[in-house]
Amino acid sequence: MEIYIYDKTFEGFLSVVFYAFETKTTPFKIMQRGINQSMLFSKEIQIVTELEKSERVWNGLLKKINKKNADMIYRVFLSELPDVELLLLNYIQLVFSYKRSVFGDFGNPIVAEVHDIHKRVSREAEHTLMFVRFKKTADNIYFAPFEPKYNVLPISIKHFKDRFADQKWVIYDTIREYGYYYNLFDVQEIRFVDSNISRSGDIDKSILNTEELVFQDLWKNYFKSVSIKERSNKRLQMHNMPKRFWKHLTEMQ
Amino acid sequence: MNVEVFDKLNILANSAKYDVSCASSGTKRSNTGNGIGNAAAWGICHSFTEDGRCVSLLKVMLTNYCIYDCAYCTSRRSNDIPRATFSVNELVNLTIGFYRRNYIEGLFLSSGVIRNPDYTMEQLVGVAKELRTQHRYNGYIHLKAIPGASNEQIKQAGLYADRLSVNMEIPTEPNLKMLAPEKDHQSIISPMGIIGAGIIENKYERKINIKAPKFTPAGQSTQLIIGATNDTDKSILDLSANLYTGQNLKRVYYSGYLPINTKDTRLPAIKEPPLKRENRLYQADWLFRFYHFSMEEIVSDSHPNLDLEIDPKLGYALRNPWLFPIDVNKADYEMILRIPGVGVKSAQKIIMARTYRRLNFQHLKKMGVVLKRAKYFISCNELPTPTINELKPENVRKILLEPTPKKLKVAGDGYMQLSLW
Ligand code: SF4
Repeated sequence: MEIYIYDKTFEGFLSVVFYAFETKTTPFKIMQRGINQSMLFSKEIQIVTELEKSERVWNGLLKKINKKNADMIYRVFLSELPDVELLLLNYIQLVFSYKRSVFGDFGNPIVAEVHDIHKRVSREAEHTLMFVRFKKTADNIYFAPFEPKYNVLPISIKHFKDRFADQKWVIYDTIREYGYYYNLFDVQEIRFVDSNISRSGDIDKSILNTEELVFQDLWKNYFKSVSIKERSNKRLQMHNMPKRFWKHLTEMQ
Repeated sequence: MNVEVFDKLNILANSAKYDVSCASSGTKRSNTGNGIGNAAAWGICHSFTEDGRCVSLLKVMLTNYCIYDCAYCTSRRSNDIPRATFSVNELVNLTIGFYRRNYIEGLFLSSGVIRNPDYTMEQLVGVAKELRTQHRYNGYIHLKAIPGASNEQIKQAGLYADRLSVNMEIPTEPNLKMLAPEKDHQSIISPMGIIGAGIIENKYERKINIKAPKFTPAGQSTQLIIGATNDTDKSILDLSANLYTGQNLKRVYYSGYLPINTKDTRLPAIKEPPLKRENRLYQADWLFRFYHFSMEEIVSDSHPNLDLEIDPKLGYALRNPWLFPIDVNKADYEMILRIPGVGVKSAQKIIMARTYRRLNFQHLKKMGVVLKRAKYFISCNELPTPTINELKPENVRKILLEPTPKKLKVAGDGYMQLSLW
């Protein structure tokens, strides 16, 4: 029983796929390097990330399926669900074994599973667009801590870059402890040195812009006044706006 | 921002909240480069109120002073309520301040009528113009078109707004006359016509010149109040069908009447807004727009009102048992859409998936079909189960009657309508 070990990057995963095709093997498990979980009776194979190989796999995919469908593989990868790598390897094996695109074969359990995870990841990326709340700091950077269930910031930031092109902003994933900073020109990946901010996203009131709290109050005020009490339906509210987001939602404080 | 703005926001958001339209979808406006904002084509909800409705836009009135006296409205002149008026500056600051913090998709501005309709419209246009030209704001703007405003002002509005709406409010003319003596359907239909013509003209213009400015790119919508009058669901839905096909409206919103002006004897004495009925109307509206149903198939003279206990699609199936069971491996898309428990997305999946293999119940379930409902109406690659024909419609109805009232209800907008069947 073979276990492939890789570096948890998408390119790394595509290198895994390359190796599997090259050796015509399918591993028993695909695992991240550094995670201490030795398995009895299994053989670990270290896969080195090689951009050239990952690119060859990607281009090969694009010959069999369209760009949107190929992107779906990336988005499903971002779910970081247990054993999602193995599922995707199986899916890619299907892609290359079919004469036509596998996309519509919802009756195949592997295809169905990939669609299902894709739906969940896309929903979470949408949640980012919906529930990110910026706080303006004294040095005019709009800061938003966020806790997405899946690792969706990489596929969400384009929206923010387009929309908020004339303001500096940071969106920070406090679960995975990294984020993106837009400096009016381009977007850079960042990590906070201060581990407290990195984990909580809490910043001190003293570094907020003077008008920030006024806007927060205005917004809370507005939010309260638009509810129609005759129609109260908290279950529907919770269904549409899951509790796990409330921590960073200005209006729910 | 001074203290006064807090009070104004309270007053003017409060009077605007009964307007249900929260949709900010239908436009794709890209950032012009160095400005702020863009409008996403699908519309984004940014929050949900305690009653579960989507908050997408900063929805306020410019002023709640009004020279009219419509029976169903909080802002009518005979009501003794706190009144306020925003300055252009205050509105611009609020909109942009909220927008930059990702609280909202944009602004939805309506107004009471001050001085006269044309003057009022001019004030609304002024705000939109200021946002677009002075602040290079590319976010979403929805303006209320005021019945009775001049063609010129309506056309101006269309140049700055993504969407315009003229609210019909009361579905039939005699009832409108009774409740809003200063209004008539003609003064509502007429701006709709101007907007509609403007949109068509603009499409043509943009074909020739791609750089021509867009006119109301997200189209127009209207709202009908439900349950304030004795109008039947049939007269309401017939009107909607007319507005969709005749006036090219993008959305018709249905708003269950909230007993606001309880002392007015022209209005029915009800304790709760008719939410169930409102929900059924939205479902019927969806059947018409996305499920290829005609209104006659949903309501007719023999059953002019929707069944409150079951959704209109199930109602249709129970009235037409001879159409079933439908073979999901063979039937065409239109028929598959008519199966209770199958939504637009599952229907599309079925059409695709069956070209790879014959589908059975297990496959359908994976594709999001609600088998609990659908199984009485389909046949597939499997042992036959008792269908509507063996069980008889009245028994299927009994089995499928929604047992618990605790089920999630759709409030106002059709936000989760797609998953309802
Ligand atoms: S014109 Fe509009 S704001 Fe004035 S009373 Fe009638 S519905 Fe209310």
